[in-house]
This record gives sequence, structure tokens and C-alpha cells, in this order.
Amino acid sequence: MAEIVIRDLRKDFGGFNAVKASSFTIADGEFFMLLGPSGCGKTTTLRMIAGLEMPTSGEIWIDGEEVSRKPARQRDIAFVFQMFALYPHLNVRANIAYPLVSQGLGRAEVAARVAEAAAILGIEAMLERPVGGLSGGDRQRVALGRAIVRRPKAFMMDEPLGALDAEFRERMAGELRALHDRMGATTVYVTHDQLEAMQMGDRIVVMNHGVVEQFGTPQEIYDKPATLFVAEFIGSPPMNFLPFEGRVAAGGDRVRLGGADLAVPCQHEAAAGRLVFGVRPEHVTFDDAAPFRGRIEAVEYLGTTQIVTLSSAHGTIRARSAASLPARVGEAVGLRFAAPCVTLFDEATGRALRSALHGEGGAHG
Amino acid sequence: MSGASVTEASSGQKWIAGVLVIAYALITIMPLAWILLTGFKTPPDSIAYPPKVVFTPSLEGYVNLFTTRTRVTPETLAALPPPANFAEAIVRDRGMVIAGRSKFGERFVNSVVIGFGSTALSIVLGTLAAYAFSRFKVPLKDDLMFFILSTRMMPPIAVAIPIFLMYRQLGLSDTRLGMILLYTAVNISLAVWLLKGFIDEIPREYEEAALIDGYTRLQAFVKVVLPQAATGIASTAIFCLIFAWNEYAFAVLLTSGTAQTAPPFIPTIIGIGGLDWPATAAGATLFLMPVMVFTIVLRKHLLRGITFGAVRK
Amino acid sequence: MAEVILRGVAKRFGATEAVRALDLDIPDGAFVVLLGPTGAGKTTLLRLVAGLERPDAGSIAIAGQDVRGVTPAGRNVAMVFQQYSLYPHLTVRQNLEFPLKSPILRTPPDQIAARIGEVAAVLRISHKLDNKATELSGGEMQRVSIGRALVRAPAIYLMDEPLSSLDAKLRADLRIELKRIHDSLGATFLYVTHDQIEAMTMATHVGVLDEGRLVQFGTPRAIYEDPVSLYVATRLGLPRINALPAGLFGEAPAGAVTIGLRPEHIRQGEGREAAVTRLEHLGDQTRLHLHLDGHDIVTLAEVHTRLKAGDSLAIRPERPLYFDAEGRRVHDSRTDQGDRA
Repeated sequence: MAEIVIRDLRKDFGGFNAVKASSFTIADGEFFMLLGPSGCGKTTTLRMIAGLEMPTSGEIWIDGEEVSRKPARQRDIAFVFQMFALYPHLNVRANIAYPLVSQGLGRAEVAARVAEAAAILGIEAMLERPVGGLSGGDRQRVALGRAIVRRPKAFMMDEPLGALDAEFRERMAGELRALHDRMGATTVYVTHDQLEAMQMGDRIVVMNHGVVEQFGTPQEIYDKPATLFVAEFIGSPPMNFLPFEGRVAAGGDRVRLGGADLAVPCQHEAAAGRLVFGVRPEHVTFDDAAPFRGRIEAVEYLGTTQIVTLSSAHGTIRARSAASLPARVGEAVGLRFAAPCVTLFDEATGRALRSALHGEGGAHG
Repeated sequence: MSGASVTEASSGQKWIAGVLVIAYALITIMPLAWILLTGFKTPPDSIAYPPKVVFTPSLEGYVNLFTTRTRVTPETLAALPPPANFAEAIVRDRGMVIAGRSKFGERFVNSVVIGFGSTALSIVLGTLAAYAFSRFKVPLKDDLMFFILSTRMMPPIAVAIPIFLMYRQLGLSDTRLGMILLYTAVNISLAVWLLKGFIDEIPREYEEAALIDGYTRLQAFVKVVLPQAATGIASTAIFCLIFAWNEYAFAVLLTSGTAQTAPPFIPTIIGIGGLDWPATAAGATLFLMPVMVFTIVLRKHLLRGITFGAVRK
Repeated sequence: MAEVILRGVAKRFGATEAVRALDLDIPDGAFVVLLGPTGAGKTTLLRLVAGLERPDAGSIAIAGQDVRGVTPAGRNVAMVFQQYSLYPHLTVRQNLEFPLKSPILRTPPDQIAARIGEVAAVLRISHKLDNKATELSGGEMQRVSIGRALVRAPAIYLMDEPLSSLDAKLRADLRIELKRIHDSLGATFLYVTHDQIEAMTMATHVGVLDEGRLVQFGTPRAIYEDPVSLYVATRLGLPRINALPAGLFGEAPAGAVTIGLRPEHIRQGEGREAAVTRLEHLGDQTRLHLHLDGHDIVTLAEVHTRLKAGDSLAIRPERPLYFDAEGRRVHDSRTDQGDRA
């Protein structure tokens, strides 16, 4: 088990800069998520930690040892690929045993460790089966078995559930997290699915264009997005953005959007010009007396809740409300925004302004 | 520059690989270059020992390829008016005059007609059959596909005698039609197998969408399947043409006059004192051209097609 | 636009019965979503209506006409496939023209241009009309596929998981787009999906399929709140309904074997003590994983709850659903009058 420290890690492919000076620390035993859209550099970062890709510059510390120039086989980590990467000519047992056999372990030891891994994953019954006939989920279990059996310092997982269908993915996500809770091994997990990251991760790094946008626990990232990108990428439906021309003083707690005077958390820095008022759908409520007006465009029933899409003078707004709340398409309503949960962004830089919600550096409790 | 990648070759490895590829290319290109050069040698140069690498180029081989010549006495030669063109000049230098055209032109046209004709027929029939095998419930489909392939399991020449007798009965011996049918019969099994593979990869949804949009099966085939099978059709056509173009054994056996193709003709070009190597080489060079041009024109398709869909986007 | 009526439709492929003696009435102007897992027969059903498959038994009528023996082209239906329905060798415009130029429609060129202009504007692809289909992003491709159906005015639009290959954001946008198109055209839709959110948000009627049978047909709300079986109850709702032994919280109606508890229908602070095993912070909701008598239970907590793994929490069912040994709903005379608590 190990702590992983990444310092100023950078990777160029020819003239293309895939990862720009990233730094973060993955605590021992943590389930750590690298989250971002495709091409954001998350997989390259993972492959550098694993030793499948050499960094252009920067340091990687695994368990107190600087390994950035070491080949993958000397780092004592296991890698689980999206496409399973099982050996098709071997059966399940041989696939799981493969890393141990190649390390030259004795027969009895190999058999015992394979049995242990199979028991952890609940796949004892399929050990003698050829891998060709297995379902997607079972293949991924076997791939996990091959990772577990080595007792590595850390697990690297590159969208391991990406090839499974939605229903199965949900189940495997639960299984993977339960497996992690039992074994407690440091795990670095790459995904582009924000829900998967929120659901499984202890902490999340959100990356975009090779840059770490934000780094924190799922709830922190959701409540206090550091940038417009994070606010939009996390949450479904995403945060509502109302761009406006205005100003706000340090210590101020109101902004003017068109005709409406709206409360915001006490601001810690002044800003003027193109700003964005950001509010999550569940923090939008209907109040006919409110000055901010919207017209209902669509109502989507989701069981206990519903998503109401409205058009307003400042753009489209989605609100999440109880399904029992009456909402008719075409109706004009007043909207209220829960002031303590509002984030103001500078549109040009995309950065969230510091406020009572967003403490200095975003680490506010 | 970028840091080293574990999954990419190092520059040293790339260098070695490059050298090996170039060496291999040189070895394979040597015979071709030799034939090309020999075509431009004089007969004495072509059989000189040690072989001449540096020589004065001559069109004698090409002149001999297209003409027949007779030897005349020096007196007759002296009495002739000056040569009308370079070909006559070359021939007179050897103490001969041009007697007429050789049969190479005809044989070459025969090759073109038979080669491209049988390729076209193989592709038309092969595409239709492959589509049917790919999309419809054909009774005994697997057995039929196996039967079709079985025609390729023995060397075609093994059935030469029955075909020879059959052709004589049907009056197809030494006819272009006969040769087109024969090469099509041999090629079609390959065409069906290759094309079925390509068509299998075209999702059925495309045609189903067209069916729902108001098109008939045949219209959907022409408008939707054919354009997408273009790559496969092109590469299959190249394989078919190469076979039909180069086929020698049947051509020798079944053609002698009107329908003879170039391959049996070229080695029979006799010059003074045995085989006329420059003329033979010139014939071989010209003979290579159509297939090379055809292949180069379709090269883009061939490179993608020859991997049988493995790298399709 | 027209109603579609299926009576006793059955289809088998070899040993598999894909669709079994199925009756379905699609009212004129309805948006019917067929919901079920892979292999439930929903795509087969769609293809039977389209005429791409021939039923082994039963009849299908579109707009009052029995379509047995009628080719897909003759049925006046439009279909959007899950993928692969754009022709890669054609431009977007040519793809959209394709159905209009068919021998059956033979639309005059000026009408074609006008129609394509309208549809492209609705789907916001006007600027891409002269691109090759292969140059589009996934979302644009699927919008064009939908556009190819919309250029026509068929009796019914058939859609086979048209949004499944798109990312979450685009899916959310296109859901609203499709719903809006349905409302404005007043057209009849038959839509197949395994995504419960699509079913709940777009449908006027949801049909739940299980192994080729239509097990329940009704409004999304009816299916969610009043499922006829445990199977139907598990199809809708996220997190999924908790299925527990009927007696876990005391007395259950006669015949009940399983109690189904939606995560939001668990009252906290009274009842039986359960152990908190894990919390999932999804931002807008926090899921609580509980353990009670060897059973895992998922419920929802206040977003910024102070509960943590290892705590204990009392829980009580609020609006339980009971099911018998076969998974059929058992009605509880006490709770069906309304929530007692």
C-alpha cells in the first residue's frame, strides 16, 4: 500500500502538450478519480504513474520512492485496462496466475494466491473456463483478479467499466468500490463519467486540456466548483449559468441581473465586467412574487423529482423540484435562487470569485 | 522534444527497421529493374559476360518486339532508299529489312480484353453473389460457400484436359469469350469470399433505413451498399486482374491463334541466334504496365482493403 | 398520423421467443416508450412494426390498415436507428434528401429544399448541410438521423435507442428536443430504450417488456407509483428500489414475500436500527448505504448530512410495495387507503 505524490508532471507528444505541470497527492488507501472529457490528459497522467509513458519532466513518488524514470515492471503497480486485455488462449485460472508465474513463484504459492483472489471476486466457479465465453462483467472480474493476485502497491484503472452496458456498469461500480473497501489498496481510476467519479471516489481531480482544474472530495467539487468548466462538467443537469454585465465589491452580497437584484454569498474579492451567475438546479425555486422571471419550456418527470426547463432573459435555466409541484409548459413564473449556494465566475478567466462559499483557495469547510 | 515512450520504438530501433526495409525493397526490385534495363540493350549487350551495367541504350528490343524482319544481301540493302524512320535504321544496321508487324499488338489487346473482361464479370457476379450470401437466408449457405471455395483447392491446370475437350465441343477453344469465361470461373470463388467479408462489415441498418425510406432492395443495394463496398470491390478487382493477366498454363493450352494472350507469346519472340532477350524484356516491360497503372490508380483502396477491414474507421 | 394496433403478435428466432402473444394499442399522437433490458424484445417489436421482420403470428394495423405482407416502404413509417443510419458516402444534405427522393415519394426539388431547410433549422444543423456525414460529431450525426425521419410525415416515427450513443449532456438536450418535436407535430412515436430517464421524461405511455411480454402499460407516473410487479418496480427509479424480505419491518399482508422500498420512501429516525456502511455524495443528493439483518438498503440523506460510516440510524418503511413469491404485486388494504403514517 502506498501514497502517490505527483509533482509538476508534464508530458509533451512532439509539439502537443498533453499534460501541463500537474501536482497532487494521492493518500495511502484512497480511491482516487482522474476525471475529465476525452483528450484532457487523464489517461496520459495515469499511464505516466504506471510507467507506460515516460514524463517529459516532473516527479512521481510511489511509497516514498521517486519512480518517474523507472520502467513499469519495477514500480509494483497493477493496471486494469478498459478492454480487459485478457489472454484469449488461456483459461481464467491461467490468466489470473500469469503475473505470478512470470515472476517465478512456486506452484503451491501461485495456487493459493489465485484461490484467494478468486474468492475476493467471487469467481471461484469459473476458474477452469476459457475466457472467450465470458460476459463483459466476468471478463472485467478476471482482469481485476489478475491485478489483485500480485498484491501490488497500487491499482491503476483506465475506464475499466467503459465497455460494459449501463445496467452492468452500475453493478460493477458497486462491486469495485466494495472490493476497494475490503482491500484498502490505493487506487487511481480514470473516467469521463462524472456520476461514476462522484459515486466511487474518495477524492477527484478534474482535468481539462492537460490542466488540473480542481482537486477535492466529490461534495466539495460539487458545492464549490473552482471554474466554469468544473461547474458544467459535474452534475446532471449541470449548473445554470446566467452571464451578465455588472460589478461586485469585496464584502458585497448582491448583484444586479437586468431588472432583478439577487443575493449572493458575501464576496471576498471585487470584480467588474462580464460575470457569470452560477446556480445549481436544486437551488432554483418558484415564487410568483420573485422579480426574476422565466417561462416554462419543458417539464421532465423523474419519479420523486422533476426537471423544469425555463427560458429567461439571461438564458436557459433548469430547476429541480418535487414531482408533486405543479408546473405547466408555457406558464410564466418567478424564480428564486438559494443565495448561500450561488457562485459568481469571471467569464474571461472562467475562475470562481472568492466568497463566503468559496474560501481562499477553495478549501473552505 | 518528447520524452521516451515505452510503447513507441526508439530511434535506434526505427533506424534498424528502416535499413531492413530498404534492403528488402532493393532485393525485390532488382529483377524488375533488370528486365527494364535489358529492354533497352542491344542483343549482344544483353548476353555479354560479365553483365553490362553501363551501356548505350537502344530501342532495338522494342523494334524487334513489334516487327518481323528478313535478312537481305548487302547489295539489296545498299540499293534501298534511305530509312524512313528510326526503326528501319536500326533493322538495316543488322543487315535486315522490316517485313511486317509482329503479332504482339494483337496479343496485347487480347490480354487487355480477356483480363479486364473477366475481372469485370467476376466482380459483377461476385458482388451480387456475395451480397446474397451476406444478407439472405440461402439454403445450405455454409456448404455452398465451401463448395465455391473448393474450386480453388486444386491447381486449375488439374482440370485442363476436361476443359480442353469441353471447349473444343462447345467451340470455345481459342476464343476471347472462352478465356473470359474460364478466368471468371476461376476468379469468382475468390471474389465471392473476399466480397462477402467486406459486405458483412457494412451494417444492415443502412439498407434497412433505405427500405423504410421507400426504396426497393435492389435500389438500396445500388445506392447504399455499392458505394460503401467500393474499397473491397477495388481490392478484389486487383486480385482478379492480376490472376487473369498473368495466367500462363491455360493460355498455352487453350489458345494458339486469334485469342492468344501476351504471356504465351512473349517467350516465343525469336531473334538471330536464339531468343531475342531485349525484345522479350521489352514485351515483359510493356506487359507489366496495365496492371501497375490499375494498381496505382486503386492503391488507396488496396491499402485499406487488403487488411480486410481490420483498420476501417 | 395514425394509431397502431398490435394483436397477438409473436416472433421467435430459433429457440428464442423474442416477442410472445403481445397486444399493444398505440393511440394517435401518443409518445410510447418501450422499456426493458437487453433481450426483452423491444427492438424486435419495433422492427415488426417497421416491417423489417415478419411476425410468426398475430396482426399489426397501422391507421386501420392491416399491414401483413406490406413492405417497409409501403407502411409509411420512419425509423431512427441506434447507430449507422447515416450514409457515410453522402453529405448531410444528401442524407436528408434520401427519403424524399425515394421512388415512393418522388418529392419535387423545390419542396425538398424547403423541407430540409425547416428540419435543419429545428435540429440546428443548418451550417453542416454540406459536410460529409463522416465529418460530424456523434451528436450531430444522431441529430441528422433524427432529421432523416422528420423530413417525412409518416404514420408513425419508430426510434430504436436513438440517444444511447451520445454523452449525458447531449442526451439531456435531445430529450427535450424530441419531446418538443412530438408536442409540435402531434405525431405518433414508438420509442425503444433501456434508459429509464428517457422513458420517464418523454413518454405519454410507457410499456414495460419482460422476455417478450408486455407486463405493464401506462403513464410514467402510474408505472412508477403503482407497478404491477417487482420487475416493473425495479425498471424505474434511481437508486433502484430496495427489495427486502416482507417481514423485515414487522407485519406484512398475507401472501407477501418481498417488501419493495423506494429509497425516498424510507423514514429516518424511527423504526429499526440499521448500520451506515457508506455514503455516496453525488452533489445534488447523498446516498446512504445501510445494513440491516444481513440486507443492504440504499436510501437518501440530506446532502450535507453529518452521518458517517459506522453510525447507526433508525428506519421505517413509509410507502411500501408488497410482492408475492412470483414477484406479483400484493395490495395492502391498510396502505392502499393512503399513507397511514
